[in-house]
Amino acid sequence: MSDIWDWDRAWEVLPDLLEGLKITVFATVVGMVIASILGLVFALVLRKHVPVLTKLLKFVVDFVRMTPLLVQLVFVYLLSPPEIPALAIGCVVLGIHYATYMSEVYRAGIDAVPPGQWEAATALNLPKSRTWRAVILPQAIRNTLPGLGNYAISMFKETPFLFAISVVEMFSAAQRFGANTFSYIEPITMVGVLFLLVSYPTSLLVRRMEIRLA
Amino acid sequence: MSDDLSTVFDRLPRLGESVLVTLELTIGGAILAMVVALVLGFGSRTRTLWVRGPSRVIVEFFRGTSLVVQLFWIFYVLPEFGFKMEALAVGIVALGLNYGAYAAEVVRGSIESVPAGQWEAATALNLGWFHRVRRVIFPQAWVLMIPMLTNLLIQLIKGSALAYYITLHDLNYWTTELRRATNETIFAYTVGLLVYFAISYVLTMLMNWLERRAKRRLGQLPPRGGSLPTVSEALRLKPKDQTEQLAGAVAPGGPSRSKEVSA
Repeated sequence: MSDIWDWDRAWEVLPDLLEGLKITVFATVVGMVIASILGLVFALVLRKHVPVLTKLLKFVVDFVRMTPLLVQLVFVYLLSPPEIPALAIGCVVLGIHYATYMSEVYRAGIDAVPPGQWEAATALNLPKSRTWRAVILPQAIRNTLPGLGNYAISMFKETPFLFAISVVEMFSAAQRFGANTFSYIEPITMVGVLFLLVSYPTSLLVRRMEIRLA
Repeated sequence: MSDDLSTVFDRLPRLGESVLVTLELTIGGAILAMVVALVLGFGSRTRTLWVRGPSRVIVEFFRGTSLVVQLFWIFYVLPEFGFKMEALAVGIVALGLNYGAYAAEVVRGSIESVPAGQWEAATALNLGWFHRVRRVIFPQAWVLMIPMLTNLLIQLIKGSALAYYITLHDLNYWTTELRRATNETIFAYTVGLLVYFAISYVLTMLMNWLERRAKRRLGQLPPRGGSLPTVSEALRLKPKDQTEQLAGAVAPGGPSRSKEVSA
């Protein structure tokens, strides 16, 4: 075992990986912000039954949801002008991809608001916009928080896909180190351990939130 | 555009091969995932700590580390320990273990949401554990599982695009080759993504069919080609049925009886 696993090398790669972890977390946070805003927009438009727009959006959402994120990333990367940094493209594509998932979460959250709330808002003669802003959405978004947390964790675990568009996040940092030193064992294993160290406690937190909000 | 289309037609045989690789990864991964899910899902429910503990650890481990890391770990690191596998096998094992861990949670959750009375009733009927699960519990849990498993299957197809990076010639590889041949990024990737979409769509329809079939077996949907009897039919309250039955019952003996009456 000791001749295969070299602790010195493992410590040597750690600073690179922690640098990469920052990028990974950054991409997750920015991607999730985009996903939660865009997902809400999708959910609202899909509810509205605007003649052509809704049908079109439904197809786009299904299409994005059913095709690989990896291919989408490379596609957008190849199309966009070279001035745009790869990280920005990565965040936007991650955000759009997860927005299609989040729209489902919002839909379920909005449907879960009891119909009495709508009726009460109508009875109080609140205008439509006020009903949404002050009555429905605050309750719906509370329903969506666990879903949002779960998707944030799964987005975190999908950020390594960014290696395909040469963003140096944690996994590409490991691969780069491996290519330079011809030893992949320590870097890739360490990446796995780091992922577990971040995502497992977060998933426990989300589970607690789920129980508290339920 | 017509040039591009003819390039696509020239490359159709290779498209077939690539789709086959993607399908092999998907189906192989899905079968392995289902086996893993059943073992770990039932393992997580047992009372014995020696089974439950390891099951939970394995599930959390594969859910907690990323698919990309697992795939490359099996591809690059495992050979150093003396386990060398073909690239296709690496892909299937990585996809199967990763999504199997997710599916194990689905299996566990669905089994737990079957009402406890079902277990008790099956025990009261003196069914063995295997029979209880096979005939009573699993069919009910299966209906609950299928929608979530469909989502995971789509995730698995999408994950299989990674295979390109471990030297496999899958659909993703075909797409990049098409781009190289036509020099048209938009065209090549639109075609590639459409093929992925078509595969996902067909598999979704297949899973929906499975769901309908499973529901039908539980009596939650009307059987094929007919409708479930309504309550009044089931309780034989419907007058029309009764007259038909009477007519049927009377018909053979009808003439003799009428003779008697006439006589």
